[in-house]
Amino acid sequence: MSKATDIVSPDHAAADHDDHHDHHIPKGLMRWVLTTNHKDIGTLYLWFAFIMFLTGGAMAMVIRAELFQPGLQIVDPNFFNQMTTVHGLIMVFGAVMPAFTGLANWLVPMMIGAPDMALPRMNNWSFWILPFAFSILLASLFLEGGGPAFGWTFYAPLSTTYSGDSTALFVFSVHIMGISSIMGAINVIVTIFNMRAPGMTWMKMPLFVWTWLITAFLLIAVMPVLAGAVTMVLTDKFFGTSFFDAAGGGDPVMFQHIFWFFGHPEVYIMILPAFGIISQIVPTFARKPLFGYASMVYATASIALLSFIVWAHHMFTTGMPVAAEMFFMFATMLISVPTGVKVFNWVATMWRGSMTFEIPMMFALAFIVLFTIGGLSGLMLAITPVDFQYHDTYFVVAHFHYVLVTGAVFSIMAAVYYWLPKWTGRMFDITLAKWHFWCSLISVNLLFFPMHFVGLAGMPRRIPDYALQFADFNKWISIGGFAFGLSQLIFLWVMIKACRKQGEPVSSQVWEGAEGLEWEIPSPAPYHSFETPPVVK
Amino acid sequence: AGSNDVSSLNLRRGATEISGQVYDLHMLMFSICVGIAVVVFGVMFVSMYLHRKSRGAKPANFHENVKVEIAWTVIPFLILIFMAVPAAKTLIAMEDTTEADLTVLVTGSQWKWHYKYMDREVEYYSLLATQREQINNRYNKGENYLLEVDRPLVIPTGQKVRFLITSDDVIHSWWVPDFAVKKDANPGFINEAWTKVDEPGIYRGQCAELCGKDHGFMPVVVIAKEPADYEAWVSEQESIQRQAREEEQRLLAMSMSKEELMSEGERVYNAACAACHMPNGEGLPGVFPALKGSVLATQNDPTAHIEIVLNGKTGTAMQAFGKMLSLKEIAAVVTYERNAWGNNTGQLIQPKDVNAVATGQ
Amino acid sequence: MQHQEYQKYYVPAQSVWPIVGAVALFLIAVGAGNFVIETTRGESGYGDNILAVGIVVLLVMLFGWFRDQINESMSGLYSDQLGRSYRQGMSWFIFSEVMFFAAFFGALFYARVIALPWLSGESNNAMTNEVLWPGFEAMWPLIETPGGVSTTAMSWSGLPTINTVILLISSVTLHFAHVGLEQGKRKQLTAMLGITILLGCGFLFLQVEEYVHAYRDLGLTLQSGIYGNTFFLLTGFHGMHVTLGTIILMVLFLRVLKGHFTHDNHFAFQAGSWYWHFVDVVWVMLYVFVYVL
Ligand code: HEA
Ligand code: HEA
Ligand code: CUA
Ligand SMILES: [Cu+2]
Repeated sequence: MSKATDIVSPDHAAADHDDHHDHHIPKGLMRWVLTTNHKDIGTLYLWFAFIMFLTGGAMAMVIRAELFQPGLQIVDPNFFNQMTTVHGLIMVFGAVMPAFTGLANWLVPMMIGAPDMALPRMNNWSFWILPFAFSILLASLFLEGGGPAFGWTFYAPLSTTYSGDSTALFVFSVHIMGISSIMGAINVIVTIFNMRAPGMTWMKMPLFVWTWLITAFLLIAVMPVLAGAVTMVLTDKFFGTSFFDAAGGGDPVMFQHIFWFFGHPEVYIMILPAFGIISQIVPTFARKPLFGYASMVYATASIALLSFIVWAHHMFTTGMPVAAEMFFMFATMLISVPTGVKVFNWVATMWRGSMTFEIPMMFALAFIVLFTIGGLSGLMLAITPVDFQYHDTYFVVAHFHYVLVTGAVFSIMAAVYYWLPKWTGRMFDITLAKWHFWCSLISVNLLFFPMHFVGLAGMPRRIPDYALQFADFNKWISIGGFAFGLSQLIFLWVMIKACRKQGEPVSSQVWEGAEGLEWEIPSPAPYHSFETPPVVK
Repeated sequence: AGSNDVSSLNLRRGATEISGQVYDLHMLMFSICVGIAVVVFGVMFVSMYLHRKSRGAKPANFHENVKVEIAWTVIPFLILIFMAVPAAKTLIAMEDTTEADLTVLVTGSQWKWHYKYMDREVEYYSLLATQREQINNRYNKGENYLLEVDRPLVIPTGQKVRFLITSDDVIHSWWVPDFAVKKDANPGFINEAWTKVDEPGIYRGQCAELCGKDHGFMPVVVIAKEPADYEAWVSEQESIQRQAREEEQRLLAMSMSKEELMSEGERVYNAACAACHMPNGEGLPGVFPALKGSVLATQNDPTAHIEIVLNGKTGTAMQAFGKMLSLKEIAAVVTYERNAWGNNTGQLIQPKDVNAVATGQ
Repeated sequence: MQHQEYQKYYVPAQSVWPIVGAVALFLIAVGAGNFVIETTRGESGYGDNILAVGIVVLLVMLFGWFRDQINESMSGLYSDQLGRSYRQGMSWFIFSEVMFFAAFFGALFYARVIALPWLSGESNNAMTNEVLWPGFEAMWPLIETPGGVSTTAMSWSGLPTINTVILLISSVTLHFAHVGLEQGKRKQLTAMLGITILLGCGFLFLQVEEYVHAYRDLGLTLQSGIYGNTFFLLTGFHGMHVTLGTIILMVLFLRVLKGHFTHDNHFAFQAGSWYWHFVDVVWVMLYVFVYVL
């Protein structure tokens, strides 16, 4: 890991006369609306993501309540489909991605010794688009005919000829979300390329920065493709084109190719920053440098590159020629190799370390185990002939919640607990956080593990009602779901306490064993961390 | 038969040679994954136990080892090759639809399956048979809740049956777990799949691609019969369907009574129309239009009404029922729609009226 | 860069423009969504008005934002490092645009190379053709769709070729304008930039001509199957980019007249010209894949 020394007066601003407005932090609502400060914007992103997590989670609770028993009880099938769809969309685009962007905002400038993000005003714009975009999406649920009900993957022609009119609003809200993501990613990439402190060479960059650099590249490459896909959905539905209609020479499966060309890299967009986070946390609490730094970088890059040639593993049942099926099967399997390298490196980092198990480390360890379980079920899904059986069952739902909830979301929680003392200057409520961890860990497995079983036993996904042999497991899954949901309220409580500045003040290093530029500036991190870049040796 | 020993924890072995191979593959992949997990987590837990600060562990300082790193790149790669070979073999066998003994055209539509025997004069729709009252928790749920249909697909055992799979509207997916057959039904394209069932039995599956509101209510049921039984069944169906067509012709000359039309109409409506327009005719606002009090179902001239039922409305979810329902059924359902829920037009529509619209007279 | 000679990286104080921009996009999305719904339903509503307001707000935002930036730049607040940020940011933005067009080119290739041959029975789709589309044969341009809609292909000679020449020349003239700027030859700069703008307008004019021709004489419309779809979406989005590019060049022209750029400090000019060259390259691809091949 890079160790910065010789920081030349980090609080240099004090000596600057020409822009004294930088000294005091603007107050009130307008501070947040007009801000160009990477920390403020990071905070906004994180809170927004959390609110969206609760919103999407509430929808998951509706899904779980309906599936608690066989038969239709609470919602009608059409509304159920809207819940599934909007739950997926909100969690992916509203919770996980903005949370990672928020972390990037807070951390990347501090980690590379930059004064702020490279394009601070655009940074604010990227954020503020999001609340508007999601209010459009959520508002469409209340329109006549309801919101989108075609799954977060919006396959044509269900999303075109056979969808409700609110599809137009869905399309445009995805457009502006895309604009936001692209601008956010450009900002991260340019910051990393151009704002590193002197001496911060590529191979000294903290891994969180590396993984985000590669994530940003993926974002810029695939979000425009998603924009293209929704545009074609719009014209097919409203303007009489036939991209996805065989009668006009198009093909509904073409939609899936375009969507998954975006969609698969998208799922790595949601996991690469998590890999970065874990690679920061494990060395700290193992008190030992990260094993295989260089191979971590290469593995991340390989995963990103491979992610462009595996998309059709979501489409094995669409009737591709067998040669294409084999190509996509083999390419997908290959991704296990670099991902395995990462897992092995983490384990090797712990090996012969001197470990302690503070909250961030607990989440990181849970991540390593549970993400790997999700990854291994992914590998099983990659085996085409067996995927014919797994596809569109709860086995897939189990797979992606393991990688997304106990993967991405757990890593975000680990990150928040890890850096929160740096942000607020105080230690969070450790007792509550422990409760949060253990309740989450137990309930999340009760929630998602049995999904493997009902999936293998043949329960399709996206159904509001099911055959009787699935009833027992679904009851337990729902109970796990409610428990996991309630556990997140503990998290909310910890966060509110932290934001109200309760807790013991912490040192600048916070965690014994933490290394990197962000641990060398005071806690709480000053509004402007590095007005003048430190020199990294 | 395979369908009877369904495990609630694991994939089923199924009823065909292929499904058995798929099951074996699944178990192989699963064991390898468990093996990897045990090794990786084992090392991790040992390290967590031994190398704890509270046990006085002092951190080492190594952070690289080229040999180890090469090993854990190459070994997984070899494991993958070991997995890929049998997978590829099974896949190739599954996709080989040549030399079939008979062919069935399977067409999905919202929310039912249509089966057409390509070499015989038999075709019919297959709809969910579970009562609405069971779904709404008013009656007790039967043993095959949501997995039962009015007319299952019937195939012979011991013969290679090829399925041609397509759709009339959105994408569906025809799935019978016991055959390890799951293929998407894409509108405008035909996918092929095949099976060869060894033992007679009833095999149940479901639509496996989100296809709109009633995606969860679109089961697949296949009955495999001994070839002789199968042959008897098809011949019988052929003659029933031939008679029905002749009956149609005769009906054209006759008039049906109001009671007859209304009761038949209600049956047809609940089977074919109620999924969208709802049993009370009120539709789903913004998604499916109401028929109750609608202009189309109450205006004096019924032609437009008959026409839309016959031919559907392009660009919407309203399908052409002309090929799904008989003249009599359409006459009945249109009569029903024009007289139920306070649409008291008093008009009776006869099969010959429908025929007139259908043939453009 | 040595840290002794570190130039302060300018971090703007609070700014009102981003939130204005976010509101603008909100209005545009809501407006466009409702407008689309209302027009297809044949109802009247507020969609178009909201959309129009959104666009106006967006223009106000762009104007205000760029004005602030120009002022900051003119008063020497920008360091070289900041200039690099802008250049890199612009490059990545153009890369994202490339990927946007890639989606539509992808659709074009997929239709030609996969969907249409499959509809006519190739690969594993013999039955598709036999049962669903008997007699259909793949061809490109697709002048008769499987569903039976027929149309006429747009010829590559004539307008498209003229337009190709126009755009190619405009790239050259813009380059010479840039050279003029770097060498301090103001006359060359204004003349060449002016010619570029005229060429851009000429291109757009001919493009409109072509659309009129397609709709009126050829029966080639947005609804005439995958050929018309890819034709209009690709040329249409390209046309929108040319329009935007021309507007950017016009603004640059005004700024040149005001004497804004110096030979070593003209990021805006560079960005505008990159954008123009990019739009040009897209056209060449279009010319080859949409018209000629
Ligand atoms: C963060 C998100 C994320 C991540 C990281 C992954 C990772 C992987 N996913 Fe997953 N996936 C999703 C999110 C994700 N996925 C989502 C959301 C869907 C469903 C979308 C929808 O339809 O709605 C999906 C669906 C999905 C499918 C389609 C299933 C179907 O619909 O039929 C497939 C098929 O191949 C697949 C495969 C994989 C593979 C092989 C990986 C690999 O990257 C995993 C690699 C990791 C490991 C293998 C574990 C660690 C490795 C070792 C310990 C080394 C040793 C191992 C070996 C050498 C064997 N995923
Ligand atoms: C990062 C992404 C992410 C996350 C975090 C989650 C989190 C959860 N998801 Fe999922 N999910 C997806 C991404 C995600 N999901 C996607 C992409 C799909 C596919 C959609 C599609 O098919 O199109 C999906 C689909 C999906 C399904 C399948 C639906 C179907 O096929 O019909 C289910 C079913 O159980 C489910 C459940 C849950 C649950 C219980 C949680 C829980 O972890 C949520 C926990 C959080 C809370 C509950 C919020 C906090 C608490 C409150 C707000 C208080 C209220 C609490 C109570 C009343 C108890 N999700
Ligand atoms: Cu048909 Cu799902
Ligand atoms: Cu994938």
